[in-house]
Amino acid sequence: MARELIHAIVDGILTGGVYALMAVGLTLIFGVLDIINIAQGVLVILGAYLSYSLSTRAHIDLFTGLLITIPVMFIIGIVIHWAFIRRLRGTERTSMTLLVTYAVALIIEGILYKVYGANDVQLQASYTTSSVHIFGFYLPWIFIYGFIVAVGLVVALYLLLYRTRLGRSVRATMQDENAARLVGIEVNRVAALTFGIGVAVTAVGGMFFGATNAFNPNSGYDLISRLLAIIILGGLGSIGGALAASVFMLTLESVVTVWQPTWAIAVFYAALVLVLLIRPAGFLGRKAVRAQ
Amino acid sequence: MTGDRRPWLIRAILLVLLVAGAVAFPKVFTNPAVTNYGVLALIFVTVASAWNIFSGNSGYISLGHAVFFGSGAYAMGIAARDWKVQGTTVFALLPLVAAVGAVIAVIFGLIALRVRRHTFIVITIAVFFIFQLSAFNLRSFTGGSAGLNSPFLNWPSAGYNTPFYYIALAFAGGTIAIAVAVRRSRFGLQLRAIRDDEDRARGLGVRAMRVKLTAFVLSGAITAMIGAVWFYYINQVEPQTGFDPLFDLLIVLMAFLGGYGSIAGPVLGALIIEPGTLWLNTQPQFSGGYLSEILLGAVFLVIVLFVPRGIIPTGGEWVMRLRTRGRPAVVPAVAGAAAVGSTAGSAAAGPASTGDAPAASPASKGGAR
Repeated sequence: MARELIHAIVDGILTGGVYALMAVGLTLIFGVLDIINIAQGVLVILGAYLSYSLSTRAHIDLFTGLLITIPVMFIIGIVIHWAFIRRLRGTERTSMTLLVTYAVALIIEGILYKVYGANDVQLQASYTTSSVHIFGFYLPWIFIYGFIVAVGLVVALYLLLYRTRLGRSVRATMQDENAARLVGIEVNRVAALTFGIGVAVTAVGGMFFGATNAFNPNSGYDLISRLLAIIILGGLGSIGGALAASVFMLTLESVVTVWQPTWAIAVFYAALVLVLLIRPAGFLGRKAVRAQ
Repeated sequence: MTGDRRPWLIRAILLVLLVAGAVAFPKVFTNPAVTNYGVLALIFVTVASAWNIFSGNSGYISLGHAVFFGSGAYAMGIAARDWKVQGTTVFALLPLVAAVGAVIAVIFGLIALRVRRHTFIVITIAVFFIFQLSAFNLRSFTGGSAGLNSPFLNWPSAGYNTPFYYIALAFAGGTIAIAVAVRRSRFGLQLRAIRDDEDRARGLGVRAMRVKLTAFVLSGAITAMIGAVWFYYINQVEPQTGFDPLFDLLIVLMAFLGGYGSIAGPVLGALIIEPGTLWLNTQPQFSGGYLSEILLGAVFLVIVLFVPRGIIPTGGEWVMRLRTRGRPAVVPAVAGAAAVGSTAGSAAAGPASTGDAPAASPASKGGAR
């Protein structure tokens, strides 16, 4: 029992690291653009299918393939922002962007069905099947590699946000869009780049998700509801909160799975509801966010 | 008001014609395939109008109304199964179903309505998934993934759809009447005050939580009842059809297509979209499902980007422009706004500038943080 528990916790932390990367993308987009990107889930699946095509057709290693899929997803993000998000204005803007990104998600899902069909697939590589023996249980290498890459990218994002000029512009826009505009920040360009970066991380999330789960074009709904729960729990727009909430939620789910596999995901959402009853702004959310 | 009776008369005549047409529909088109369209369209008219009573008036977009729809279907199915209710008497269970929907709405609302706008949307999605999962997992209660079958209705198979058509029509008419009553009442005014500015409404003495919750419960109870009717019409319910994520999206799309927040908008949207999707699914080239999905998404995008206020308000504007031949129709509006501005001082800047979105939204964003 104790061994299973440790296994579950290690599993949860490693998976949580990758979810953290996807959640940071989502919360960053919210912080800068006031958008909840419902398409994030299906974009992760799109990233997974891109990796799938690269590995089965061109025989490119999954991790090497990221060098191609990350820029591709970045461009897709920029295009979605340019074509749809940018055009929305008005008092109901946030609600409208939710609907627009939902529609984008539907279209991408439909295209994925057309191209890949409805059958489940899974990414295959040597490290998805071989495992390492630690603490008396076997852990597939992909969990460790995925965690390392995700943590590396989260650190890179952190450095980008807190050590570069672009990062300072992004944070300024998050704090106050008008003031940022007044001090000469090109808010629209910052918004486009943020959306691109927020979507680009789904390439990594998708690769990891596809290597550890069987997926089909419909898998995006499950993912987006988890990611939304995570960023709300962490506090919308809070990057630290997204990191903490991902690891907490995934570990919780993983531990519950040991006893009750069928109810694990319900515990996930129940935790969200309970936390919001006590702290409506989430773990690390600023109180002001609630007022929006 | 003075001597301006004719528009009222025209409206009354149109309404009578509309009702007569709706009542006569199954008499004229006896083909079950056609009445099927009618029944499902009216079910969605009811759902979209019920959704609009809460979401359209309060501005809180619910993506979790399938919770009520599915719960209504399941409540009906479980009650009929456990109490061995058969035949037409099952419809006596409808008040019970409404009560179930109301109780769920109270609990759901007390949790979800504590937070605002977009967090609310996300919580409705989360609650939705909890319900779908429960329907899958509570096997002895809900029948698991196989779902529930409705008890046999001993109605003649010829014209089987017709009674359902009239039940759905009654629900649709009743819901529209409730929507009109809500809109004209003080309660509806309070809801719309919350939509425009919740903090200010609260400051002016609106008991926001109570008002929102009342609308949510009303909307949920109606949705649960029509869910139960739908269950009897379809004869079965499974977790993925009773609690369908696409269902939530469809309602929102219907409301936005017709005109979010108006009475006729969701009705028109439902009458266009539901028969449209039903028809698309019968076409062989759309049989894979993915093409209709892409089309649905594309229609949605076009509406939100180009007709964001829906057909009814935008169409009304066009008609007005045609009638007045480009001249401004209501000149005193400016004077009126100015008068309000002078009496209420800076407070009027908010409502007056709601139409002027780019100026208003960054300001409110800055203020809220």
